[in-house]
Amino acid sequence: MTSLLRRLWVEWTIALNFLREGRAQTVMILIGVAVGVAVIVFVTALIQGLQTNIIERTLGTQAHIRLLPPDELNQVLPLAAGTVQLLQEDKRAQRLRSINNWQQVTAALDQLPILDAVSPVVSGPAFARRGAALESVALVGIDVERYQQIIPLRTYILEGQLRVGAGDALIGKLLADNLGLRVGDKLRLETGQQNNTVVNVAGIFELGVRELDTRHVYLDLKQAQSLLNLPGGITVIDLTVEDIFTAETIALQIARLTSLKAESWMATNAQLMSALTAQSMSTNMIIVFVALSVAFGIASVLSVSVVQRTREIGILRATGATRQQILRVFLIQGAVFGLLGSVIGIAVSYALVWVFNTFGPRLFYIPVPTSLIMMALLLATLTGLVAAAVPSRRAASLNPVEAIRYV
Amino acid sequence: MSERFMARPANEVLQLASLRKSYNIGLPNETEVLHGLDLSIGRSDFAALIGPSGSGKSTLLNVIGLLDQPTSGELYLLGQATSTMDDARRTALRGSSIGFVFQFHHLIPAFSAIENVLMPLMLAQGKPDKTATEHARALLAAVGLEKYAHTPPTQLSGGQQQRVAIARALITKPALLLADEPTGNLDTRTAAEIFELFRRFNREFGCAVLLVTHDPRLSVACDRTINLVDGLIVSDTLNATLGLSA
Repeated sequence: MTSLLRRLWVEWTIALNFLREGRAQTVMILIGVAVGVAVIVFVTALIQGLQTNIIERTLGTQAHIRLLPPDELNQVLPLAAGTVQLLQEDKRAQRLRSINNWQQVTAALDQLPILDAVSPVVSGPAFARRGAALESVALVGIDVERYQQIIPLRTYILEGQLRVGAGDALIGKLLADNLGLRVGDKLRLETGQQNNTVVNVAGIFELGVRELDTRHVYLDLKQAQSLLNLPGGITVIDLTVEDIFTAETIALQIARLTSLKAESWMATNAQLMSALTAQSMSTNMIIVFVALSVAFGIASVLSVSVVQRTREIGILRATGATRQQILRVFLIQGAVFGLLGSVIGIAVSYALVWVFNTFGPRLFYIPVPTSLIMMALLLATLTGLVAAAVPSRRAASLNPVEAIRYV
Repeated sequence: MSERFMARPANEVLQLASLRKSYNIGLPNETEVLHGLDLSIGRSDFAALIGPSGSGKSTLLNVIGLLDQPTSGELYLLGQATSTMDDARRTALRGSSIGFVFQFHHLIPAFSAIENVLMPLMLAQGKPDKTATEHARALLAAVGLEKYAHTPPTQLSGGQQQRVAIARALITKPALLLADEPTGNLDTRTAAEIFELFRRFNREFGCAVLLVTHDPRLSVACDRTINLVDGLIVSDTLNATLGLSA
């Protein structure tokens, strides 16, 4: 690096002197580059913050991957040779049933390093009754320790305690409001299979998702199994992964491994994903076009500068500058525009982000990752270099005899 | 008084052999400006190149200075044939052995006087060391401008700028100093002072000087006068004042 700087010393010196001499031009293009970089960095950080926030909220109340028993299909007997069969088939009603060998499957999944948490769950429909009021609910039988790793229920508890088992249940805030329940009250659960029971409301949670807050009733795994008439069985295995965006790939791998149906959060939230993708695309479009206009700005300033300095280029050539040296003098100017402009732009975007985080609507926090800063610096410098290519080549190809006479 | 100057057998800085230069080659308006010139310049010659406007003086000077390439013929600089050199080698040779002084002093306004003087060295070797800076200072002192080392050229008078340009031309200790009407836009007194500088450096450093001029007084004061008319050397004389045996 130092030897490179030493070898490019004279090009650096000339480039910087030229920039210093053309102060007004330099300042204006630096402002132009800075505005562009500030917009790019701020918009990128804003969108990243927004998307992280949306995803965190979405995934705060659901597993990254759900494993379900495969759908039941009609069995068709193999045909005798030489016969033709016309078949009219009705799809089978999918009854609530357990995952086969779920203990072994869970144990095997526990060994997989790509998974953060594994939680077997039994889940099925029921009615919650209090007096004359009736609400349809989803019973969710959980192992609290394991389930806590998938959805941090503890953080969502409004009243009471995080306690299931021995006739205790957790219910959502909206269900509690609808049925007029408070912590310590009794609630009757009916599954329509003569398996009715009365549970004690141990805690009330609020996940912030209407559907879940009106319908979810968390019970102990065993109690839910017996209510749903699935003794010893479970219907769903919830999983979380380290990197949420690998959920789809991992879901496919696990589906192959276990021959269960695996649904990733990306598949179940396809609409959200396509919205996020569209948002990212429009951000990228903005970035590309801002970068383009910055590049053209640098290129046009340098083009003008080459014309203005035609005579000086001729003198430099006559006093021993090679074409390559002239080329590098102008390339360096482009790179300096990009680098210095982006340093200023990044400072401005930091200020914007700070203002947003401090005085903004405070809906979410915008982080400015170092990687984004590094990328912005690198990309802006490269853009400056590329933009300088055409004017630099023109400067280098000037005929010194004509250049020196240029007035 | 004078006679056709014969090429010296040895010690040439510069030698031209049937050198031709055309412009607009291949176009209908193709014109040959230099029609096959043969010329030698010795190591400590002090020669004037004279001729009417449009005779090809500047073209010849540019070709000699390796700024422009001849169409045919050969140009030997310090014994090296230059027609087959690429741009980098020609630039290196130009940088190390030729000093230029132009009519319009042509300094780079973004640099101070001493930086302008050092420019040929910086372009060839990078950051100048102490010896180089001392040398530049000495040259500025020799042209009487040691006080203006850090002054930007825009704050110097025409004559002062031309002195800086001469110091710049001499920084690489060139074998040949080319000057294109160096006194063309200076008043007579300043012109005489500049001319004396050339004289002095020719004597002190032994560098050959080729000076393009319109001024008959200057050409007579040189040791040798080469007269170029319509792209041909019509006379090449040693000036009587110094004798034919010089």
